Formats: sequence, structure tokens, C-alpha cells
Amino acid sequence: MFSYYLKLGWLSIRRNPFLSALMIAAIAVGIGASMTIITVNYVMSGNPIPQKSDQLFYVQLDGWDPNKYDEDDFEAPDQVTYLDAMALMKADKAYRQVASNRSGLVLEPQGEGERPFSVSTRNTWADFFPMFELPFIYGSGWDDSADDNLEKVVVLGKEINERVFGGENSVGRSVRLNGMDFQIVGVMDEYLPVPRFYDVTTGAFDEPADIFIPFNIAVEYEFSRNGNTSCWKKPDGEGYEAFLNSECVWIQFWAELRSDEEKQDYMAFLNAYAEQQKELGRFPRPINNQLSDVMEWMENQEVVEDDARVMLGLSLLFLVVCLLNTVGLLLAKFLGKSADISLRRALGASRSNLFIQHMIESGLIGLGGGIFGLVLTWLGLRGIEMLFGDFIENLVGLDWVMVLTAIGLAIVSALLAGLYPTWRACRIAPASQLKIQ
Amino acid sequence: MEFGPIWRAMMRNKTGAILIALQIAVTMAIMVNAISIMQERGRLMSRPTGIDEHNIFSIASIGFAENFNERVTIEEDLAVLRALPGVVNAIQSNSVPLSGGGWNTGLQTEPGEGIDGPSVAVYMVDEHGLDTLGLNLIAGENFSATDIGWRELSDNDWPDKIIITRATAQALYPDDPDSALGNTVYAGDDEAITITGIIEQMQAPWNGWDGVERVMLAPSHTLFKGTRYIIRTEPGMRDSLMPQVEELLAERNKDRIIRSMRSMDEIRERSYRGDASMIKILTFTIVLLIAVTSLGIVGLASFSVNRRTKQIGTRRALGASKVAIVRYFMTENFIISLVGVLIGAALTVGLNIVMIEAFSLTRIAWYLVPVAMLMLLLVGQAAVFGPAKRASSVPPAVATRTV
Repeated sequence: MFSYYLKLGWLSIRRNPFLSALMIAAIAVGIGASMTIITVNYVMSGNPIPQKSDQLFYVQLDGWDPNKYDEDDFEAPDQVTYLDAMALMKADKAYRQVASNRSGLVLEPQGEGERPFSVSTRNTWADFFPMFELPFIYGSGWDDSADDNLEKVVVLGKEINERVFGGENSVGRSVRLNGMDFQIVGVMDEYLPVPRFYDVTTGAFDEPADIFIPFNIAVEYEFSRNGNTSCWKKPDGEGYEAFLNSECVWIQFWAELRSDEEKQDYMAFLNAYAEQQKELGRFPRPINNQLSDVMEWMENQEVVEDDARVMLGLSLLFLVVCLLNTVGLLLAKFLGKSADISLRRALGASRSNLFIQHMIESGLIGLGGGIFGLVLTWLGLRGIEMLFGDFIENLVGLDWVMVLTAIGLAIVSALLAGLYPTWRACRIAPASQLKIQ
Repeated sequence: MEFGPIWRAMMRNKTGAILIALQIAVTMAIMVNAISIMQERGRLMSRPTGIDEHNIFSIASIGFAENFNERVTIEEDLAVLRALPGVVNAIQSNSVPLSGGGWNTGLQTEPGEGIDGPSVAVYMVDEHGLDTLGLNLIAGENFSATDIGWRELSDNDWPDKIIITRATAQALYPDDPDSALGNTVYAGDDEAITITGIIEQMQAPWNGWDGVERVMLAPSHTLFKGTRYIIRTEPGMRDSLMPQVEELLAERNKDRIIRSMRSMDEIRERSYRGDASMIKILTFTIVLLIAVTSLGIVGLASFSVNRRTKQIGTRRALGASKVAIVRYFMTENFIISLVGVLIGAALTVGLNIVMIEAFSLTRIAWYLVPVAMLMLLLVGQAAVFGPAKRASSVPPAVATRTV
């Protein structure tokens, strides 16, 4: 029966090509517009590290300004101070933990006539690589001992390795950064977490760092900080040392905690640490330490931009307009073949037969709309890419989930749109229309 | 007029009419709210930075060699740049308006911990700052060469003089902004600074900041290893000078790299790219939406013309003129559209309230509603005209046929 209804549907679609084309176009445009925006939202709110996002926790310690404190509404700062970061690293209470920030350095290629260029670095610890499961082509991250002994080691991103070493295995060689030689211990494979969850304070959808170097080295040589630095209190005294000992926050701290128990233990440890700092005259606010897992932190930092959500709402309303359009056209179409329907009823087709037949016809139109809609979605995403430039590149890919969603959404929409017209069509009495002929 | 019969005919087949009306209503809600968002973005983008945008460009210089002498490099670079034909003036600074990266600090009118004060953006400039940026000093005086210090990254002290914008003065002294000149303000709780000049207007590096016009100029050069030069040229000379300056700086000293050369126009474009894109996307959406809605009207009207061919023929046979037939369909559409835009007005306001709640958008301007209503009525009339015209060409003889 199904294939017979498919055939009937196809014939009916061909009978009014103008009306059918209008319906398919309406659904396609609605699907195209909404899927374009849904895709952008979907990628923005994607989970960048699904296998362990519930085991990675962003640490917030609240040692902020007591004068900017309001009982109902206060937020721990989104980064930590050097003092606290070092204390937490040293305590080593989590399964893994890393403090990190970013810098900009100048890389001098050794080849003749090659110009130095600037690179962005992530200054971090040995645990960073296993903790965030960074992929390597050659070598690996550095050892804990490199952190402790202030070794000048570096992990290169794939692009930099290609630019400087032509993509060869460069492990063991060295590279000149800000006038110092760093030994290469690893070369990473393509790594593009979207959002760039490990540091959303400087743009959640920016490129990851070009290279990775030990945090302690960055501090030792006072490399410039490329992220945000916020202070509520002036450092005591002058110079870099005073800055390190200040209440300025500029470091992101992550802990890997494998179970609820570990999380609770770590929270207890953080609270005890804050208590102890209170005795030293720091942490003037009530204790308000926070542990947020990856998705909670993305939510907290609102990585999905308001603009994307406004667009999502508008595009869904747009789809509603297209569907209203389709309902009207389908109704016109189904009622237009009243004579047909009443003839079929007179010849013995039951209401449920007719219902199925017309729903299949609607679904067929939805399928057509979905396929054209996908093409429009692809065009829409290219358009968005063109408008926003490179930095949105990672946000505009269509994956299988989205392709199936588009087709599915189109068919479901068409079926919904078809419900009322079909119901009306089923109510046509048998033979009522036959007498004219 | 034949208002009554049209209404009664419509009531016999309500659903089609209701669907069109609803479609028009939702279209209107989306359209008006989208236009309102576009207006808001347009307003944001049209705010002036306060500097001579079309003739200014900036370029970064980052020292890396061990023996790089930053102070000498900066002094020599500036001397060379200022002597270049076509260059009006040049400075070294820590930031540029709209660039997205920069400094800010809190200022307070009384010394002491825990006293609230506005946060202001800081541009470090020398005595050529006002001229290079093209700022309008409305009170007080410019810095002199002797005021200018050299600030290292780890220095925490502020110079003892600053020039502020009028917006900063208003934030510091809401009751009497004109009194700001000569007053002492405090940075970092207790460091006294005298306000020695007031400029009319200048923007901070962050266009989305709510204090975007709260700016202060501090008289110092910076020794941060990386710096930015801001160069103002004679009108029309910018584009030819840019590559020349880039080459010149790169050749002068090889212990640093030269990068990120951008004209102010480009910096502006990058800064507002998100807003500009939003405007384009919304414009496109509105056009598409109106196209879909009018095609829907055309489709349904054509269909109803086809169905009523016999009736139309009968009316024609009974003496109705072609114009009367066209008028019939136009009036029908007018009634439907009118209902649509009335519901649409309510939906528009409702959607706007939701958007204000959820995304802190602004309220729609009142006039947008009647303008949109009128526009959609016209669109409806235009869309139905084709089918109506076709209806009017149905020959009266149709009435005599059975099928």
C-alpha cells in the first residue's frame, strides 16, 4: 500500500506543479534559514571533550574585593592569582591539575632570509597534555621534572612545525623563541576544540595556541601576558615580584577529578585553603569557591552569544511562517481534489486509508523541501562564513547529525502542516462531489 | 461597496483566510523586531571614536633580540616617522580605539580604600597625542615634553597629570562636570593625579563597554617590549604611506618585528564585523520572509480564483465589470491583511517584550508598527493583484458551461 500511496502522492504533486513547487520552496526556505542558525548554535554549544567533560573542573577562588560584594549577587573572579595557582599546584590534591595563561613570543626561524614572526603560546604544566587529551604526531608533552627544573622545552602546534620544519619530525631539535633556544619535545596533530574550552576568557572561538611552553619558564623570563589581567588592589611595591604576589587574577586553573568523591574532597580542600588564607588576611569575602565542569563553565561564561540565540528565535519563527504558508497551500490543494477524494471514498477507501495517503503526500513534499533546504543551509553557512570572516570557520561545518536533523525537521514540519488539511480532506463525504460530473 | 458579500463569502471558508492572516501577523512580528535590532546596531556603529579616523593607521613593533634597546628604538622611530613627508604627526601608545585590547583603571574623587569610582580606559601618549589623534581639547592644556615619563610593564605608579574626556568628568563629578579641570583624583586608592585638560570626546578600545567614552590620557611612553605606533597623515596620503612606513620600520631595526598594520577604517570594520553581519543577515531574512509571505498569498489567491472560475463567470454574465472583479479580490485581501496586521501589532509588541527580557534589547520605536502595518497591507495588495487580474479576464461565457 505504501508504495501505491507514494505513487499517488507523486502524481498529485505533479498535477499542480506550481502549487507543489511553492510548497516545497516554502519548506526549503524555512528549513534553510532555521538550519543555518541551528547549526551555528549547535556547534557553539557543542561539547569539545565529550569523553571526559564531566571530570574536568574549572576552579574559581573568591579572594576578590570585599567592597564590591553584594550578598545577593556576587561572582567569584573568572581567573586565579599567581599565589593561589602556585599553592594549588604545589598541594597536588587533584588527580591532575594545571594552571595556564597565554603569551605572545617572537619565533626566529634559523633558515637564511626567513623573517621572525610572532606566535601565541599557552604557558602550562606537564599534566595539560594528558588531561585535555591533546593529539600528538611526534613525541609527547614534557615531564613533571621539566616544570620543576625550569627546562626550556616546547610543544609545537602542527602549523608551526610545518612552517618552520616543513612538517618533519622536529622532536629533539630546538627553536628560538624571544632570543632563547627551546628544545622541542613534541609536535601536535591538528587540534581545534570548539569552543576552545580550556581558555574562554580570551574568545571562546579563537584558534588554539601555536605552541606550548612551561608556565614556570614564562614566569621566570617575565613573558608578556596576552590574556586579561584584573586587579582589585594595587600590588604592594614595585616590580614583577610584587605583581606575582598581588591580588591580580590572570591564570586559568583546571583540575581533573574522576568521581564525585574526588570532587567533594577537592572542594573541601579548597575551602580549607580559603580558611587558611583568611587567617593570613587574604580572602576578605565569605568563602565562595566554585568547581564547574566543562559544560557548566561554558554555560557560566555564556559562550553561545546572545546574537546567535536571537537569530535562533527569529529563524524558528521564520519556519513557522513557512509552515503556515504550507498549511494554506496544502489545504487548497487537498480541497481542490475533493472530487477525487469523494470518488475514492465511494469506491470503498476508508477514512484511515485517505488519512495515510495524504500524510504520505505531505511527507513527500517535506522530503523535497528538506533536500532543497539542505542545499540552502549549505549556502547559508557559506554566507555566514563570508560575513564573519575566518574566525567563525570552525562554526559552520555540517555534520551527519545536522543533515539528518534538517531532513527530519523538514518531514516532521510538513507532516504537522499536513495534519489539518488531511483531516479536512478525510471529512469529505463519499460521492458528495460526484453529482456535478 | 460589496463589503458584506465578501465578508460572508470569506466566512464560508475561514481557514484559508485565517492562515494568511496569521502568516502576515508572524511576518510582521519578525520584521519589526528585526528592523529594531538593525536600528540599534546601526546606532552603535555610527558612534564616532572622536579621532581623525580616515587619516590614521597603526602598526605594532615587537622587540625580541637580547640587545634590543626599546627606548632608543622608540625615540628614533618617532623622530623618523614625524619627519616623513605626508605624516602629520605620530605617537607611540598602548592601544587604539576599537582595537579590543587595552588598559583601564579605577579613578575616585576621594583617597582611601573601598571608595567607589568610575573605571576609565587609559591611553598612554606623549605631548603629540592630541595632534596625532585629532582630539579636541576643550579646557586646560596639553602635556608638555617634560611631563612624559617612561613606564615599564611592572611599574604600578601613575603619572601626576592626566587629560580626561568630558564623559569621564561627568562620571567623576555628576553634579558639576565643569569643575573637573584642576581637580585631584585618585588611582589605586590613594595616588593623587591632577586633571590638567579635558577633551571633548574619545572612545575606549572596547566598543561594547558601557563606559565607552570614559577615557583618560596619561603622559608616558611605554617599555612593554611590544608597542604600537599611531600615525596620522595628510588627507589622502594614508594608503600610499602605509606600505612605505611598514618597509621603513622593518628595515630600520631588525631586532624587532613589525606587524598588524591596520588603518583605523579597517580597525573599525573588524570591531563592528559582528554587528555589520547581523544587519546583513537580518536584512536578508526580512526580504526572504516577505517573499515567502507574498508567494503564499499569490498561491492561495490563484487557487481560489481557479476554484471560483464559474462564480466569476456568472458575476460577469450578470453584469459585473472587470474592475469590480479585481476590486472583489483586492478587498478580500485587504480585509484579511488588515486582520493580519492587527494581530501582528500585538505579536510584535509581545515578541519585543520577550526579547527585552531575554536579551536586554531595546524597545521598538513606536512608528515602526504603523509603518510595517501599512507596508504589509501594500505587499498583500501587490501580491493579490496578479491573480485578481487573471480572475477579471474570465469570460462571462464560462457561466454557461457545466464544468
